[in-house]
Amino acid sequence: MMRITCPFCGPRDHAEFLYGGDAWRQRPAEDDPDPAAWYRYVFTRSNPRGAHREYWQHVHGCRMWLCVTRDTRDHGIAEAAFAGPDTSDNTPAPAARTEEEHS
Amino acid sequence: MRYSLFSLGRAALTGHRKWTPAWRDPEPARSYDVVIIGGGGHGLATAYYLARNHGVRNIAVLEKGYIGGGNTGRNTTIVRSNYMVGGNTDFYEWSMKLWEGLSQDLNFNVMFSQRGQFHLGHSDAQMDALIRRGNVMREHGIDAECLDRNEVRHRLPDLDYSASARFPIVGALYQGRAGTARHDAVAWGYARAASGLGVDIIQNCEVTGLDIHGGRITGVETTRGRIGADTVGLAVAGNSGHVAAMAGLDLPIESHVLQGFVTEPIKPLIDHVISFGAAHFYISQSDKGGLVLGGDLDGYNSYAQRGNLPAVRHTLASAVALMPALSRLRILRHWGGVVDMSMDGSPIIGATPVEGLYLNGGWCYGGFKATPASGWCFAHTLVHGRPHKLNADFTLERFEQGIQLDEKGAGPAPNAH
Repeated sequence: MMRITCPFCGPRDHAEFLYGGDAWRQRPAEDDPDPAAWYRYVFTRSNPRGAHREYWQHVHGCRMWLCVTRDTRDHGIAEAAFAGPDTSDNTPAPAARTEEEHS
Repeated sequence: MRYSLFSLGRAALTGHRKWTPAWRDPEPARSYDVVIIGGGGHGLATAYYLARNHGVRNIAVLEKGYIGGGNTGRNTTIVRSNYMVGGNTDFYEWSMKLWEGLSQDLNFNVMFSQRGQFHLGHSDAQMDALIRRGNVMREHGIDAECLDRNEVRHRLPDLDYSASARFPIVGALYQGRAGTARHDAVAWGYARAASGLGVDIIQNCEVTGLDIHGGRITGVETTRGRIGADTVGLAVAGNSGHVAAMAGLDLPIESHVLQGFVTEPIKPLIDHVISFGAAHFYISQSDKGGLVLGGDLDGYNSYAQRGNLPAVRHTLASAVALMPALSRLRILRHWGGVVDMSMDGSPIIGATPVEGLYLNGGWCYGGFKATPASGWCFAHTLVHGRPHKLNADFTLERFEQGIQLDEKGAGPAPNAH
């Protein structure tokens, strides 16, 4: 069983979380006319064998979106932080995605 | 050695001491005309059809582990051709036709058993969708029968038909030619037949890099040295993304873990393959008596070949919802395989932006049944540099061009197909 340490709720089973996928994807600007940029965002994934930055939402807890660094070879979790402007490597906030997914 | 009743009798008279290895174990040569990366069913079938259909002789199949140790030996062995969208329908039916003659073709018993597959429907709307699927199949010359609840009950008497069933069974779409095959035998049979045609099968040989010069592939770096090749085919299933990254390619693929299960062996209980329509769940009984079952993905990116308990619970809950008597059985083994989930649920067999490098991947859950046709079409693609008409729709560019083959209508989500 994987355990994700939610910065707000503490260590919890991953069954409490919803998987949000690759956090490296960069959403193009709404008015970006380049189809190649949208193709990359919608379809392609980095899919590494190793460290992967990914979103998880703590749906059965505080409902915050987290940005987690996890090793896809052994499921070991190196880091879990709130997604957003405070995410250590400045990964863009998923707020826009979140609202979209729930609208 | 050709296998026959005669060869078996002769071996029996000499105490079974004179069997020879089924395929050669050569040292890698410095270069080949075609190198196939990945010694699973798809890679071996590709090599076999390259040699048999196209007369290519100088071929190597590179396998990082051992033959039969990857997804070929980790699936739930189901073979069917009940696909509805675009190029999928005819492709999987061609695979079915190849399955029907495969044991004779390979001179190796793959234990193909056409025991029939029931895809259960649990609501009127679901039956409408299944009937539509059945009609498409019949239009393409594929056998499909729509069965009502009484007929299903007659043939599958041990499912939950009670008033308290969580998902009442309304009917089923039945494909009588569907069934199962012995998955290891498929890998072994193709390996033996390919080796007999001169293909070098090189095990314990992991590819660590791709040599690309001026946008063209010239060879591969491996743990057993560099191997030159003008044409390289990737057939590495769950590792498609990992190997493609060596060529600087980001694919429309995510690798996910899918678990399979076998129960303790029991007397014959399930005569057919059953697919539950209410949750993602499928079950059949092996010739040894164990029930072979599987369910949904764990749902997160993984290369680990092992899953977690929520997916175990989900699968076993589905089993008991469908067939309550199963609650008394013990699980004997369970395991995980890494599947390359494409963004529309359909495979990719075609060229990549690197000249001479071709991709066979994105098989999601469905790679095993496709093994013969996948090898057949990939071999054609490697030789001619353009797809066979059966894999013409399986291009890598289809995602960018907006012509995805989305069988489930689930949109661009790799873990929803």
